[in-house]
Amino acid sequence: MNFDFSDELLQLRDQARRFLTDRCPPAVPRRILDTDEPYAADLWRDIAEMGWTGAAIPEEYGGVGLGRLAICVLAEELGRAVAPVPFSSSVYLATEAILQFGSEQQKQTWLPKLAAGDVIGTFALAERPGSFDPAKLTASVSNGRLTGMKLAVPDGDIADIAIVATRSGLHLVDLNGAGVTREPVATFDPTRSHARISFSAAPVDTLPNADIRRLLDYAAVPMAFEQLGLSQAALDMANAYAKERYAFGRPIGSFQGIKHKIADMYIQVELARSNAYYGAWAVHTDAAELPVAACVARIAACEAGWFVTKENIQTHGGMGFTWQMDCHLYYRRAKLLSLALGGAREWKHRLISELRARNTLLEAA
Amino acid sequence: MDFEDTPEEAAFRAEARAFLDANAERRKPGEVEGYRRGQDAPGAMERAKDFQRRKYEAGFVGIHWPVEWGGRGGSPIQHVIYNQEEAKYDVLTGIFGIGIYLAQPTICTWGTQEQRERFVKPAMRADEVWCQLFSEPGGGSDLAALRTRAERDGDDWVINGQKIWNSGAHYSDFGILVARSNPDVAKHEGLTFFILDMKTPGIEIRPIRQVSGSSHFNEVFFDNVRIPDSRRVGPVGAGWKVALTTLMNERHGMRDAPGPDVAELFRLAESIELEDGPAIDDAAVQEKLAEFYTRSQGLKYTKFRGITALSKGQTPGPESSIIKVVAANKLQDILSYGLDMIGMAGPTMGDSMPVAGIFEEALLYSPALRLAGGTDEIMKNIIAERVLGLPQDPRADKGLPFRDIPTGARK
Repeated sequence: MNFDFSDELLQLRDQARRFLTDRCPPAVPRRILDTDEPYAADLWRDIAEMGWTGAAIPEEYGGVGLGRLAICVLAEELGRAVAPVPFSSSVYLATEAILQFGSEQQKQTWLPKLAAGDVIGTFALAERPGSFDPAKLTASVSNGRLTGMKLAVPDGDIADIAIVATRSGLHLVDLNGAGVTREPVATFDPTRSHARISFSAAPVDTLPNADIRRLLDYAAVPMAFEQLGLSQAALDMANAYAKERYAFGRPIGSFQGIKHKIADMYIQVELARSNAYYGAWAVHTDAAELPVAACVARIAACEAGWFVTKENIQTHGGMGFTWQMDCHLYYRRAKLLSLALGGAREWKHRLISELRARNTLLEAA
Repeated sequence: MDFEDTPEEAAFRAEARAFLDANAERRKPGEVEGYRRGQDAPGAMERAKDFQRRKYEAGFVGIHWPVEWGGRGGSPIQHVIYNQEEAKYDVLTGIFGIGIYLAQPTICTWGTQEQRERFVKPAMRADEVWCQLFSEPGGGSDLAALRTRAERDGDDWVINGQKIWNSGAHYSDFGILVARSNPDVAKHEGLTFFILDMKTPGIEIRPIRQVSGSSHFNEVFFDNVRIPDSRRVGPVGAGWKVALTTLMNERHGMRDAPGPDVAELFRLAESIELEDGPAIDDAAVQEKLAEFYTRSQGLKYTKFRGITALSKGQTPGPESSIIKVVAANKLQDILSYGLDMIGMAGPTMGDSMPVAGIFEEALLYSPALRLAGGTDEIMKNIIAERVLGLPQDPRADKGLPFRDIPTGARK
């Protein structure tokens, strides 16, 4: 058994961590939070130059061809750094959709640009509050033109193209083209901008044989790694503070009320890590178990992210609730990531229907 | 990233399977062993001893021990592989765990050559069964607070005092005992470790009736019990360090909690009718099932991460320390939810119940799993202090001679 990343990927992880520690300290997401800048364009440029945006794109399409495990490794580090860049939208979703379902011509047109970071992609699905049901989507395409409205599209204001979900599948739309109106929306995590997008007879390039669920499954795994990195960072922050903050003449981490809480945070993070690794194995091998693995990675990541980031604030006491401390960066981002792709509640129902469709997996539990 | 055995691992697995196929019955799919069907079943001890002897002869006891201990000289990963395979068969081996996995590694690490030659092989063969005589009414989580006295008298030590929670003391041949040989020094420094023949005069064993009604453990009283100095393990006063070797072995095991898991909860949900039809179709039930399944999978893959480290010849990382806490709590959460689904019929015990009554049985034994081998609270201290580097609690007894430590009501 070798249930771990290869030495080469572990090296990539170390490189990414060093780079982001240097180039994306908390001051960077804070800059986006405090200003009108929608994302850290300078950081995005550097990330693209290092080949991260093309890590899973084959070399023939201008990528680096390291495969999806490399994306998982990078996602964890971007999560840890609360990086204010559209990596998930452009890489886990738009790039993945074109890689999986695109025609040869679509791949040749878009993948090199996405790999280079010259084009930012996103994915537009939600139309109303509530859970996602493909049969209830109202955006529609007729005669190669899209009409409809998408709510709170992540990075929708900065993206160049969107993969738009309709009842008839997935469609690639040039967001700078005709028939597209974008309006930035205020969210609880301004470090990742969002937009409402209206389409009025916007020209589309439809992806053949698209499968929305499959795309969500593939995206859920690197998203789980991003959530994991974020959770680990919040745990590390709480742990460090519990050692340096004194009350009643001793470090607060010597009180079991705090130390057991931090042990519980560690437990949640480790369970999420183990489930994320299983997801990584499933996307890497394109396993039949992928839908189950994606659900489990997603659910564990959402649960850990919420628990760890809220208890990090609690560990910091009143200071944790101030703008000045970084706790809220993690708290906002954790909830944002757990709603992107649909909340844990949806994934729980999805998991059970997948398991019921394949009884044999239960015996292996 | 893969789940495959290396060729050497696959060959060893095949060897283990061949032995098990020839010497044991495979469990039926979905069969869960509670105590009622396991350790408490009639004739269990004889069957267990018989299997253990065959397992020893075939070289599957002490797989990862060095040859000079009497082991196979294999790797930790082979030990894990054997256990993975053995878990699929209807065999009882837990009864010998204290002797094989706690007592003998401690004796081999700290004891004399003579002690090794005398004790290791009979324990491996289950010719002799062992118990652990550590905890006391006044010293459980705070083990080093133990008060049982060991006083030197010629070539012997004389033991007086009381132990508690001693699993299997009533059928054991030997026990590993920690006692206080010097009350005038700090508590960790005045302890000594012994091997005790359980047939020595002056030992009284009283079974403790558990919540479950079974009596797996006991109180053991010592009234001038004599132990020859040749049965001392490690130096006089080094008993705490010797006991730590035992405790490390006890806590290291990547132990799961036996009993109903998420697969049984699924089967229950499929067989039960709620207000609006089968429980498995109920949205709230589905969400709970998904949460339990996610936790179970998290544990499974945490173990795989530990096994990967072993397979690479490394020590399993700190992630393994979470397994016992998560598994025991998950068991209690699952059984409680299962019983809630069964509803008013839930209290009924026995084979007539859905999933053969294992939820009802687990209700009564599961509290022990959060206590034995380190309580949840001690395990969380270990995670916080050893893994995360958080400071210890300040200790009111630090540096005090043992006899001056405050004890509350118990004197």
